[in-house]
Amino acid sequence: MIHPIPPGTRDVLPDEMRELRRLHTAMLDVFESRGYGQVATPAIEYDEVLARGDGRTSESAYRFFDERGDLLALRSDMTVPIARLVASRYAEAEPPLRLCYLANAYRAVRPQRGQMREFAQAGVELIGAAAPGGTAEVVEVLEAALDAAGLDRAVIGLGDADLFRQLLTELGVEGEARDSILARLATHDLVGLELELSQAGIGERDVATCVTLSQLRGGSEVLEEARSLGGTAVERATARLGETFEALEQRGAADRVQIDLGLLRDLGYYSGAILEVYDPALGHVLGGGGRYDRLLKRFGPDLPAAGFALYLERVHVAQMEEESRRTER
Amino acid sequence: MSVEVAGTASAKAEGPLKLAVPRGALLGETLDTLDAAGIDTAAVRGESRSLIFAGEEIVLVTMRPSDVPTYVEAGAADVGITGKDVLLEQPDRMVYELLDLGYGRCRMVLAGRVGDERLGESQRRLGMMRIATKYPRIAERHFEATGRQVEVIEVKGSVELAPLVGLADGIVDLVASGRTLAENGLEVREEIVECTARFVANRVAHKLRAKEVDDLTAQLRSAGQ
Repeated sequence: MIHPIPPGTRDVLPDEMRELRRLHTAMLDVFESRGYGQVATPAIEYDEVLARGDGRTSESAYRFFDERGDLLALRSDMTVPIARLVASRYAEAEPPLRLCYLANAYRAVRPQRGQMREFAQAGVELIGAAAPGGTAEVVEVLEAALDAAGLDRAVIGLGDADLFRQLLTELGVEGEARDSILARLATHDLVGLELELSQAGIGERDVATCVTLSQLRGGSEVLEEARSLGGTAVERATARLGETFEALEQRGAADRVQIDLGLLRDLGYYSGAILEVYDPALGHVLGGGGRYDRLLKRFGPDLPAAGFALYLERVHVAQMEEESRRTER
Repeated sequence: MSVEVAGTASAKAEGPLKLAVPRGALLGETLDTLDAAGIDTAAVRGESRSLIFAGEEIVLVTMRPSDVPTYVEAGAADVGITGKDVLLEQPDRMVYELLDLGYGRCRMVLAGRVGDERLGESQRRLGMMRIATKYPRIAERHFEATGRQVEVIEVKGSVELAPLVGLADGIVDLVASGRTLAENGLEVREEIVECTARFVANRVAHKLRAKEVDDLTAQLRSAGQ
């Protein structure tokens, strides 16, 4: 008899579980050895509490009423629950706090796309350490985690979440036009971006600046290129990125970091540095993160923070691809 | 023994860049554009029934236009060329749209039978039009955005047939010259969107093979001018 399970969920059998367990242990060993203590939080929370972190409503795709009629939600990531945990459990603690997790999170799936409704994330949150030092520490831990997973070719994209928000403000683009431009940037639809920009009533030169900026990625030389395009927003963002990159260089952790001015993550709580992780063996992003200096305040303590999360199923796929690549050579 | 340089940000994926090339109506102009961009397409033009044509700097992988976003999203092809109609019909495929190539220009339209008021009449008296199409998502979005209720009927073959035999009141379809419509006694009632060929890239390839992707984009841009 076959009894179905919901699409986007899956059973794990012993062979896979053995490999996953090895991966889980490797991740947690890296985190713990760097002083990040593991925490767990409930998979279900009050919708109202998650919404505090995500904006007007929670990002959760799954909400339901409990026996008392309270609205509950399944978490869509671990960053918001940990912000909640820090505010409630560590109100008196001396920052910085170093926490890590290995947990399932839940998102909506689009039909027939092989997307996961339930997926495992491993990550860290460094709370109370400002940029650039805090960001650099998080990137360093991320690199160690990738090494521990055997993904020594993986690359970390480093961008700035505020660059385009501030640039558009500087250019006087507000409201709907601004939102649709940011949406085009997030999906990297350059044809649509150029169209939206020219409809927003800004000059040809500024349109070209925005498009060029979104394509700048590479080593620290792209910061020079960006600066030559001018403007206060660009100046501020490149200065932030430059400081972070320098801090990484001092730690010897800048080699696998690619500066990417076109990087934009769709989660609303990011500010300043944002991260994405790629491996040449896989066409999908392995994980991401960044700074969320304004998130903790929504729960109480006004603390700067940064973190990352790796999608463990994808890391596992990349591990297998890299292994078969090594044996083929 | 070769010593690997560990940890360079420009980690090179192996081999030449893989470009997904659309077979069908876009093939001719795509090959012309690639030629103009300095990419040898003689092998694809030949009699060979192969699907993959390996060059030194680029591998051409030929496929149905509607499969291009699937291959590029997964990274099975690093970059690709396909119609905007395909991208609009598959909006949740995460591919980067880098360039409007300008050719393959056609219009997505709503068409009905010449001199027949079925579309308006169904809308008024039944509150609902029946629309046959190969592009159900584009059709649904168009009518939703214009505040009209429709029943979208997805068909795979010649969509012009549907209003002629009473399956639907009208059709949403891609029109280049309009000849097929005219031959079947149909006419354009509304233009929905204009579509041209687009150059798209895989997210990770766009980051990790930045120079190759940017160079190819620039070559294609100047080839189109």
